Amino acid sequence: MERKDFKFISEWIEKDSTVLDLGCGDSTLLDFLRINKNVSGYGFEKDIDKVQQSINKNISVIQADFNSGLDQYFDQNFFDYAVMTQALQENKNPDKIILEMLRVAKEGIVTFPNMGHWKNRLQLGLFGKMPISNSLPNNWFDTPNIHLCTFKDFERLCEDLSITILDKKVLNSSYNSNKLLSFLPNFFGEIALYRFKKS
Amino acid sequence: MNDNIKPNSVGIVEPKTIEIKETLKLDCGKTLESFELIYETYGTLNSDKSNAILICHALSGDHHAAGYHNEDDKKPGWWDSCIGPGKPFDTNKFFVVSLNNIGGCRGSSGPNSINKKTGKEFGPDFPIVTVKDWVNSQKLLGDCLGINCWACVVGGSLGGMQALQWAISYPENLKNSIIVAAAAKLSAQNIAFNEVARQAIITDPDFHDGHYNNHGVIPKRGLSIARMLGHITYLSDDSMRQKFGRDLREGKLHFGYDVDFQVESYLRYQAQAFVERFDANTYLLMTKALDYFDPAEEFNGDLSLAFEKTNSRFLVVSFTSDWRFSSSKSHEIVKSLVKARKNVSYAEIEANQGHDAFLMPIPDYLKVLSNFIKNVI
Repeated sequence: MERKDFKFISEWIEKDSTVLDLGCGDSTLLDFLRINKNVSGYGFEKDIDKVQQSINKNISVIQADFNSGLDQYFDQNFFDYAVMTQALQENKNPDKIILEMLRVAKEGIVTFPNMGHWKNRLQLGLFGKMPISNSLPNNWFDTPNIHLCTFKDFERLCEDLSITILDKKVLNSSYNSNKLLSFLPNFFGEIALYRFKKS
Repeated sequence: MNDNIKPNSVGIVEPKTIEIKETLKLDCGKTLESFELIYETYGTLNSDKSNAILICHALSGDHHAAGYHNEDDKKPGWWDSCIGPGKPFDTNKFFVVSLNNIGGCRGSSGPNSINKKTGKEFGPDFPIVTVKDWVNSQKLLGDCLGINCWACVVGGSLGGMQALQWAISYPENLKNSIIVAAAAKLSAQNIAFNEVARQAIITDPDFHDGHYNNHGVIPKRGLSIARMLGHITYLSDDSMRQKFGRDLREGKLHFGYDVDFQVESYLRYQAQAFVERFDANTYLLMTKALDYFDPAEEFNGDLSLAFEKTNSRFLVVSFTSDWRFSSSKSHEIVKSLVKARKNVSYAEIEANQGHDAFLMPIPDYLKVLSNFIKNVI
């Protein structure tokens, strides 16, 4: 199934470019980009079942955990884009990964769930419970999301790391955009897409 | 009818021998004026000859990769789990070719063949061949079979090195390369193991500088020790623990130097079986081919430069418990392929069988081969 955020990502990506997808899953995105934008590149994925699905799609996929760094694989600016969808919050060191993305690629693209969404705020602030929602479906004890952040947090991190945000898109959990979201993104937005580069 | 022959077996197969009357220039500087190769085929070559898969064997392997030689045959070929109808190398779809390499002892030209120039057996005088020489001889076999471009060349361990060399030597003559549990070059530790194995053979009093056949003996002890040592390195600590633990063969210690533990009994049995089917000169030659393999050498040690002109898709597979050719060796291949911007996928299969895992029917392994091969033609 094709996710709507993939369409938005695709709009940001130039034709015939090279892409690294970190945590590529079953490579639906890379497959989509290959068909629509004629991109080439690699997916990184640690889960063997997803690696199987990627190989089945004839995508170049490397089974590896990118938390240990990419320097052994790629030189500087090896790719045009490094993409990471819905995996930033699962990393041990999101800040290092973002910098690493911008070392191996000219631009980075990430998508992640917004901890600052009003429902999350309500659950934690009013009911005193860790939030569970469509974009954050796991219980606190079995979630892969160890480094959740809000859109504001992410933008501040980019500032600290001297990273320029080139594009931003805020969506609800069905990957749609609406006026409410652009009015108060950090309150109403559930998922954000960012495109960024080194300042 | 043999009950072992299941519907997904290629069934009874018959090896063929071909004399290739072409001069083969070897890396060592010597030449073979002509040579014989023994091979088996499974499946049918299609009309445009685009469905051929070449299987390359490892150190002690041979041409008998799948099926049975006769009704009474107890064991199928060494890669029967992967070759047959509905298996990863699906013989309903592919024409699979498996050969015994030159220097071997199972029917292709090697130390046991007659040297036409002298009318005597080659013995230790059979030239030391390299992975590159094998690939060149395999290319000539393909030419004889009318296969200009292999859909895939595949191998594990030393066979994986051949698959890798194929992509470098003949970029236009293969579409895909599958490199399993291999390495782009041996480490000092690997070479050291091979050297111990060679010393065991060479120092056996029955070795007679390799002319043991003339003396009517074989260097059994040396070859046994070489095989025992090799065998240990093909298994993992974990798999040996599971298989044998510290189990005693007769339930008690003997306070002597005969077999106490099951693992000792197993190694002796394996060694005995090996001595009966394998030739010591071939063993020496195979270990040298392993040691010498280093395709990056002519590219200043830069493997990615060696890959620059390759055209094939690559699948690299390693196994978590393999310490003879560990995953880091496969990483080296993958990294160089990536650096050269080649189409490569890599899977590290969870397996506790050690290096031998490449011969085992491990579900994730078979699946990754199937998924890759699906997109081959």
